[in-house]
Amino acid sequence: MRMRSLISPIVALLALVGIAHAQPAPISITPDLIAAAKKEGRVAWYTSVDVKVAEQLAKAFETKYPGIKVQVERSGAERIFQRIGQEYSSRIYTVDVVDSSDAAHFVYYKREDMLQPVVPEDVAKHFAPAYKDPDGMHAAWRINLSVIAYNTQQVKPEDAPKSFADLLDPKWSGKIVKAHPSYSGTILTSTFQISRDLGWQYFEKLAQQRIMQVQSAVDPPNKVAAGERAVMADGNEYNAALLRSQKAPIEIVYPAEGAPLVIGPAGVMKRAPNQNAAKLFYTWLFTVEGQQMLLDVALLRSAHPGVKEPPGRKPLSEIKVMKDDAAEVDKQAEEIKARYTRLFKT
Amino acid sequence: MTAETLATGVGQRARHRFGSVDPSLLVLAATSILLVLLIGLPVGWLAYYALTDRAGAATFGNFITLATDPAFTEPLATTLILCVSVAVAAATVASPIAWLIARTDLPARRTIRALMTASFVTPPFLGAIAWEILAAPNSGILNQLWRGLTSSPDPLLDIYSLPGLIFVIACYTTPYVFVLVANALDRIPADLEDAAGILGASRWRTTITVTIPLVVPAILAGALIAFLQAMTLFGSPAILALPAGFHTVTTKIYSFFHFPPKPQLAAAAALPLLVITIMLLVAQARVLGRRGYTVIGGKSGDPRRLALGRFRTPALILVLCVLSLPLMLPYAALLKASVSSFPGAPFTAEHLTWRHINFVFVEFSQTKKAFWNTLVLAVGTATLGTMLALVISYLTARRAVPGSRFLEFLATAPVAIPGIVLGVGLFLAYTRPPLALYGTLWILLLAFLTIELPVAFQQLRSSFHAVHPELEEASRILGAGRLKTLARITAPLLKSGVVAAWCFIFIGVVRELSAAIMLFTANTKVLSVVIYDLNESGDLGAIAVLGTVMLLITFAVVGFANWISGVGSGVRLRGG
Repeated sequence: MRMRSLISPIVALLALVGIAHAQPAPISITPDLIAAAKKEGRVAWYTSVDVKVAEQLAKAFETKYPGIKVQVERSGAERIFQRIGQEYSSRIYTVDVVDSSDAAHFVYYKREDMLQPVVPEDVAKHFAPAYKDPDGMHAAWRINLSVIAYNTQQVKPEDAPKSFADLLDPKWSGKIVKAHPSYSGTILTSTFQISRDLGWQYFEKLAQQRIMQVQSAVDPPNKVAAGERAVMADGNEYNAALLRSQKAPIEIVYPAEGAPLVIGPAGVMKRAPNQNAAKLFYTWLFTVEGQQMLLDVALLRSAHPGVKEPPGRKPLSEIKVMKDDAAEVDKQAEEIKARYTRLFKT
Repeated sequence: MTAETLATGVGQRARHRFGSVDPSLLVLAATSILLVLLIGLPVGWLAYYALTDRAGAATFGNFITLATDPAFTEPLATTLILCVSVAVAAATVASPIAWLIARTDLPARRTIRALMTASFVTPPFLGAIAWEILAAPNSGILNQLWRGLTSSPDPLLDIYSLPGLIFVIACYTTPYVFVLVANALDRIPADLEDAAGILGASRWRTTITVTIPLVVPAILAGALIAFLQAMTLFGSPAILALPAGFHTVTTKIYSFFHFPPKPQLAAAAALPLLVITIMLLVAQARVLGRRGYTVIGGKSGDPRRLALGRFRTPALILVLCVLSLPLMLPYAALLKASVSSFPGAPFTAEHLTWRHINFVFVEFSQTKKAFWNTLVLAVGTATLGTMLALVISYLTARRAVPGSRFLEFLATAPVAIPGIVLGVGLFLAYTRPPLALYGTLWILLLAFLTIELPVAFQQLRSSFHAVHPELEEASRILGAGRLKTLARITAPLLKSGVVAAWCFIFIGVVRELSAAIMLFTANTKVLSVVIYDLNESGDLGAIAVLGTVMLLITFAVVGFANWISGVGSGVRLRGG
């Protein structure tokens, strides 16, 4: 009895100290960190960014820090989430750094105490509060939009859909490709935002349009560029932009209702097997160099104010976007997937 | 007394007690236990999960949930339509070709047989992706040609449809039926046909009234294999059915593992596949058992070849057309896609690119590991599997020990377990102590070993029947033990059968996806899984490069195995 009454003030005190240190000291890339990371020699990165982008980032990191190998594990964000769950429940701790196009995953990881606080210097100094976790568990590594796009050989600009509502026109029946929210975090996020803003009636009608169902948000731009379908109802802005820059016949449409905004956080796992390499890689991802690569290599968008916009691109501030709400996606994810499956049959 | 000396003591005592009892009893016991564990453990866990709820309480709820949910009953119905169609299509196409090869003077018969074998090497999921490149309704190469020729707005083919799926699966199950029927035709003794001839029947009449009825069991067996293949494949429906907006049972089972995973439903959904398979195998045994065509297998003169006359060339063209569907067209499509900026791009200089090849060999960090894992698993499983199958088929063919029939049953039983079902079962069984194998290559090895054992066993059992026991008896009279005899006398005599079994397992492992997709982790990815992953993000160029290299390696290894063993082209597919 006495012990207990003694312990609780101590616990309270410790908690207080804990709160005082909740935002951990920012870390920078020091020679010590590099040396320790080199001793580990490898870092496993579970990512949902397009595999070609991921491999280029990995190569840039490996060139900068020779002796540290980046193992890229790329799949859809929902798949990665499922796999980490599956591996962790079997006590397999392979993943060091994880990112997701479904910000709700980080709500889950944080709640389940799977992350450790790591605050890269750049995040501490430059990132707006909306783009970082107050406890330093994660930060917005990349920003993406889900957009509409069309094949310029099959559709004239004046006939192209301007809004989500336009896609419900019978003339698009059999001509639309879209990705799947059970695979892609981008699509789960966009399905949430669209259903919130336009209502599920939109999807009920879209499901009548004989759509081609692919999995990854990377894929609809591929299918449109190849001419397999004339229009995509959702998919990555950056892949469409990359294909356009390679002279593929694809044009992006920012829907009138607003483009779903997909903030993709990253974080370091608490049980990361390569603690130092994980911190080094994670910190590097948020440097101006790492963030600028997102723009230059991938045509993604960044929350780092220090990066230079690629010439000729519409800046995020001029695009009407939907509001993101990771906490709500976390609550509704299962329901959204189930409802989607009922409507679209797969 | 330490544990070690105790063990030695027990060992010595055992040896004293059993004296001259040969060690094959121990081998039998060990093999039986291994097989029971191999099959019993995953199936047991499947049954347990299927019959419990999330809290672990016994329930039929999972079955009720599935039976009343159209999201499961519709895929089940689709799967049945798919299986029946594939079985009928494969048997209808393969049987006449087998007859042309085995019984007529069709030109280039040997080459065609070899090509049929080559289409067996092609993984069905790779074939499905190649057919996406060929026959996607708008960007598919064949549809573009068709539009160019006819200026029709509608596609000639739509691969993303149930008929498309049936077509692609039938393409890659036809070789099974072909091989079974062709081998059966090879073995029909000429006497029976001669008898018909003596009684005044014409060649055609003999073919229709004698030859064909004699191979009906082989056709049925082939159709059954085609049915089971269609039911258990995961890759092809995942690649072709999901874009079209429908599921089959296997893709549905896979989707039960999406977060939050529902292993109970997955296990319950797997059982109908198991039940259908067992029912079909039992039915087959009944049908064949009653008809009892034991004439097949006698040794007599060469089979009579029917002269095709003026139909020789048309028949050859027809056969080559059929062969182009699983082989020439898809391979050409893969080669083209591997150097084209996008798969359907016109074949011009400006669209030629090294990008995909560079990506696969320079940038893609998965390539090396996936090739390595695949090779290690394929060689390991093939070697272990052949040894296991050799021991089992020896024990059963020679009835060396009591209980060998039970062994025979166990070694054939995995035929009834579809890959994805086994994958679910193994996942449930080996993600917990004491055997937490998930995350290692071992769990994949176990899966592949179980899946491939029946084929290797069938192959070696029939080889054993061809070797007369008197050679073994001679060796044993001269003082060699059973195992030594097996190693020194029997195995060399069985060389071609052993090499064939090894190659079967090797090929089978390389093309396996349905169990691997359930069991891989970041460090244990195999090629099939990597290719499937790439397909989900539509990276067809990279797939084309990886797939082509994968095929080349498979052909090289199979060729090498035949060459070092001196078997040459003697390896012939046996049904299983």
